[in-house]
Amino acid sequence: MDFSDTPEEAAFRAEVRAFLDANAQRKTAEARSANKSRAMTPEQVAASKAWQRKKAEAGFAGILWPKKYGGREGTPMQHVIFLQEEEKYVVPISVFNQGVNMALPTIMAHGTEEQIARHARPALFGDEIWCQLFSEPAAGSDLAGLRTRAVRDGDNWVVNGQKIWTSNAHFSDFGMLMTRTDPAMAKHAGLTFFMVDMRAPGIEVRPIKQIAGTSNFCEVFLSDVRIPDSQRLGSVGAGWKVALTMLANERLAVSKAEGPDFEDIFLLARSVELDGRPAVEDGAVRERLANWYVQTVGVHYTRLRSNTALSRGKTPGPENSIGKLVGASKAQEIATFGIDLMGMAGAVMDPELAPMEAWFQQALLYSPGKRIAGGTDEILRNIIAERVLGLPGEVRADKGIAFADIPTSSR
Amino acid sequence: MNFDFSEDVVTMREEVRRLLRDRFPRGAVRQAIDAGQSSDPAFWRLLGEMGWLGVAIPEEHGGAGMGYEPLCMIAEEMGAALAPAPFSSSIFLAAEALLLFGNEEQKATWLPRMASGEVIGTLALAEGAGDPRPAAVKAAIRNDRISGDKWPVVDGDLARIAIVAAQGADGEPGLALVELDAAGVSRTLLPAIDAVRRSARLILTDAPADPLPGAQGWGAIERLLDRAAILFAFEQVGGAQGALDMAVSHALDRFAFGRPIGSFQAIKHKLADIYVATELARSNAYYGAWAIDNDAPETPVAAAAARVAASNAYSLAGRENIQVHGGMGLTWESDCHLFYRRARELALIVGSPRHWQGRLVDQLASRDRE
Repeated sequence: MDFSDTPEEAAFRAEVRAFLDANAQRKTAEARSANKSRAMTPEQVAASKAWQRKKAEAGFAGILWPKKYGGREGTPMQHVIFLQEEEKYVVPISVFNQGVNMALPTIMAHGTEEQIARHARPALFGDEIWCQLFSEPAAGSDLAGLRTRAVRDGDNWVVNGQKIWTSNAHFSDFGMLMTRTDPAMAKHAGLTFFMVDMRAPGIEVRPIKQIAGTSNFCEVFLSDVRIPDSQRLGSVGAGWKVALTMLANERLAVSKAEGPDFEDIFLLARSVELDGRPAVEDGAVRERLANWYVQTVGVHYTRLRSNTALSRGKTPGPENSIGKLVGASKAQEIATFGIDLMGMAGAVMDPELAPMEAWFQQALLYSPGKRIAGGTDEILRNIIAERVLGLPGEVRADKGIAFADIPTSSR
Repeated sequence: MNFDFSEDVVTMREEVRRLLRDRFPRGAVRQAIDAGQSSDPAFWRLLGEMGWLGVAIPEEHGGAGMGYEPLCMIAEEMGAALAPAPFSSSIFLAAEALLLFGNEEQKATWLPRMASGEVIGTLALAEGAGDPRPAAVKAAIRNDRISGDKWPVVDGDLARIAIVAAQGADGEPGLALVELDAAGVSRTLLPAIDAVRRSARLILTDAPADPLPGAQGWGAIERLLDRAAILFAFEQVGGAQGALDMAVSHALDRFAFGRPIGSFQAIKHKLADIYVATELARSNAYYGAWAIDNDAPETPVAAAAARVAASNAYSLAGRENIQVHGGMGLTWESDCHLFYRRARELALIVGSPRHWQGRLVDQLASRDRE
């Protein structure tokens, strides 16, 4: 075992560092808690676009992409190295993950040459932002239960329905849209995939005010939206296959949780007192700290193990779900515990008064979302149980019947 | 980046697994218990012949000198197989103590015989209730003779030698080697939670002792325990994996309400949680393996983290494996209780979970101060 790069990896890392040093500030200790406001302002979106363009021009935006679309055709390990290094610098929050790491790889897998040529470069160079129009009020974890209808009309499709929990929809240019084209077919068979212009007539985006008071996801209403057939991705009825590609890419596009994490609660536990002594000396506090530490580094080392697999040319599998499953609950537990350590003042959210600019208080409110977005805790446990441990799927009441006949309520 | 066992160790693992599977199919361990054996002498000789006992012992002392990666891997597989052998006591504790702190003569006398399996060793640290701490060492060594009451001493019934913690004339604790068949040593077997690995009580009355010159002061004992904690973590990870495999297999075979119980989310999610805890423990243990293989300054943090994660994972797996098995899990005939018992025994062997949680936090705080 060793943690050193191969000579090729080391050379690439040096190249990445040179680029980052020339274009961004290295994070300081205080910067750990920076960027914690989770609502994207127009200025932040503009900054994100500028940073994306800079990366694309330097050849770091599409490390895994083919060269003909502006990528580098690099290795998964190079992709990982770039993310590891970028994380050490103060850079704008990216709004391009869904486009560059999810939508476009899916379009490259299922789209026509014209479709790829139209959409690849604008996404890579930060000109066009993508969102994912998947979930609906009646289709969340049960994604294939979606009801937004697309009906053919000559060279167009007419779409009616509602999407929800769509991150970034209010400033997106395009959406990856899954619709139902045939309710008489079985649930997974009647779905068709489209790329939709988010400014098309009939699309209305309403930001949803979340529990932290901010809005970073939206409801999207589609009323008689006309989509040209040339914007269909994959065959009619093949929507689920396209969706699976997108979801597989979502799992690879691991984003690190915002925390607060072990280092933050450890700092807090050493700076506040319980009964006149540093909290870190309290037995109950020590037990929690130790367990969060081993979870935190355990996830980190698990990622290193999967990087090793990448480095040896293997594909990491669903075991990558561990990081998200563990990290989301841990963030919520740490936020709650941190606030409790502050005693009666823990309920105060004033950034002047609450430690670390009220980060723990903010995290109390945004961390529940981490356990739901991008696959709930429950879905992730199902994935681990079924795909890693080989356990059978749950018995289902929606198999082998037309979508239209699936029960939807107890009445 | 290479954060996995080397190709050689991966290949060797197959051999280790095959031998353990042939030798200890499910049930063989219980037959050994029923026959009142805590070790299988033929198996122990075989371990010596295969070179597993001395895999990390340098060649000059009769071992294979292959370093700690293969030893960690063997520890993991022995843990999964619940193999009845004093492997960890003799190798993780006694041989390690001699390697770290023995003089040339002590090493030359004992290590080749421990590598071959001829001599079994153990560590006698505890003196009744409590976690490792200097003030708890009451046994005393004066003029190369030790008096004290040591219990529990794991595998103390099988061991030929014990590395005994005792305080010297200056009040500082240190380690000395005691031959257990010498005059002044009385040992009694103690009933213990683990049905296979037994513990003894050693009452030493002016027993002849040979001090390990390098092991003077509590720091030396902590160093030994840190290294052992990493090796035990692998044994614990192996045990957790063994219990998880058993639970998954039962969840696939057992039908209720017309379907395998493994299709119910209540069972699936439980098993997924055990998998996650075991993988986190495995990853922490890997870091520990890297630390001891390189004698890295990170070893104390790596050891405490590996131990905390491994004790958590094995406790969960041992407990929930019984739950998944339902009534069958409560029977002597199922192997569930063997994992359940071993999980507890291993969680306490070099100090309780609470002790290691505290040590981890202290080590992290002192690392940050530097």
